Amino acid sequence: MQDLGISILFRGSNFIRLLGGLWVTVRISLLAAGLSVPLGILFGLFLNIRNPVTKVIGRIYLDFIRIMPQLVLLFIVFFGATRAFGWNLSNELSAVLVFTLWGTAEMGDLVRGALISIPKQQYESAQALGFDTLQTYRFIIIPQTLRRLIPLTINLVTRMIKTTSLVVLIGIVEMMKVGQQIIDANRFEYPTAALWIYGVIFLLYFFTCWPISRFAKWLERKWN
Amino acid sequence: MGQNILEIVDLVKKYDGETILNGLNLQIRKGEVVVVLGPSGCGKSTLLRCMNALESIQGGQILLEGMRVEKNAKNITLIRQKIGMVFQSYELFPHKTILENITLAPLHVQKRSQSQVQEEACTLLKRVGLSGKENAYPRQLSGGQKQRVAIVRALCMHPEIMLFDEVTAALDPEMVREVLDVILELANEGMTMVIVTHEMQFARAVADRVVFLEGGRIVEESDPETFFTHPSSDRAKAFLQTFEFHKERQNHAEKQST
Ligand SMILES: Nc1ncnc2c1ncn2[C@@H]1O[C@H](COP(=O)(O)OP(=O)(O)OP(=O)(O)O)[C@@H](O)[C@H]1O
Ligand SMILES: [Mg+2]
Repeated sequence: MQDLGISILFRGSNFIRLLGGLWVTVRISLLAAGLSVPLGILFGLFLNIRNPVTKVIGRIYLDFIRIMPQLVLLFIVFFGATRAFGWNLSNELSAVLVFTLWGTAEMGDLVRGALISIPKQQYESAQALGFDTLQTYRFIIIPQTLRRLIPLTINLVTRMIKTTSLVVLIGIVEMMKVGQQIIDANRFEYPTAALWIYGVIFLLYFFTCWPISRFAKWLERKWN
Repeated sequence: MGQNILEIVDLVKKYDGETILNGLNLQIRKGEVVVVLGPSGCGKSTLLRCMNALESIQGGQILLEGMRVEKNAKNITLIRQKIGMVFQSYELFPHKTILENITLAPLHVQKRSQSQVQEEACTLLKRVGLSGKENAYPRQLSGGQKQRVAIVRALCMHPEIMLFDEVTAALDPEMVREVLDVILELANEGMTMVIVTHEMQFARAVADRVVFLEGGRIVEESDPETFFTHPSSDRAKAFLQTFEFHKERQNHAEKQST
């Protein structure tokens, strides 16, 4: 059976287990993304406030999250916070928390960038035509900001999906971990298991992220 | 020409403590075309922006048909609808088609009926030679075409007065004409206009009155013929001289031949 390593996939519930692992990955990413987008929009507006104090606060948060490797953040929250404050965070909750902190920072920066990239003249043309502030945002500024933002947001989500593979290090059994378990359990029966399992994981990641980034590209082209 | 439609009294405008307009007075009569000239940085754009309340003012007042034009006034959006403005760089809305650019404000600000507004927009587009561009996007148009759309967009609001701030300054030379022709036609129809331009020939042709701005005030005003042939102030003379390349070149040639 050695030459048919692929059959390991169909042994028992291996493939289903892999899909289950993928679902853990996707669940964490989607939860974190779902929280990051609205929070990031708020953070982006916060970053745009013309006030030196809020500017510094926003900047510190952004730089802190950016400089820290996500793995370190995960460890700080999961091991550190649990020990230091006696919080009893489950590993999955820690992961969602860390990815939300990270996503909020990144999303905030995207929103800030999209807002300042709208030239001042767009606001003024709208005003000159008699639009009030609310109408200016509704008809002119927000539609243009969204156009810039949606492809960027989607890219952020795919980055998030990929980065969640780190959560295995705080003991979450996601797709990579499931893969390792299957490989270990079948080490002797299927020596080539690693190749097949990682190949399938590659494809599963690919088919999760690829449609999303295609969609982003398509939107970009449509609105360019 | 009728009574005053716009009155500017002792206007003071400062940027960060620097006084740009310093007690400026100007009256515009209905149907009149006033060209504002002056050296770069003298505050021509600032003056137009104040007339449309895009800038706050630090003194004096601006009255449009007796109503105060002020940034924080309650009825400012209503007043701005009576003032059409076209800027130097194309400020069309890039996410809207040409037709939508023109109809957006009439539909949502003035709440006029869609069919009537669209019909008017198409008629206006035809008049400026842009039939068939209704569904194009701004990025698909040349600079001259975009400026004509910007003019139509302002006209479709039925303004009482139009302000033009160097609308051809960013255009390639061969596109300047098509835009200026539209403005000349408006002048012939009796539209009240305030025009800032660096095109002296055009200024001479379109103006009923030329005002020369310097040092935060209007230092000279007269009919275009007088202004261009016998400017009275030294500053206006010096300013007009900056446009005379021709003469200097000739002098230069003469010097060389001797
Ligand atoms: N937003 C601003 N903040 C500070 N200073 C400004 C601002 N806008 C204009 N100024 C200054 O006000 C003065 C007048 O500027 P303005 O643009 O009105 O001149 P202009 O006559 O239109 O010049 P140009 O012929 O070059 O267009 C300039 O000295 C300029 O530097
Ligand atoms: Mg100017």
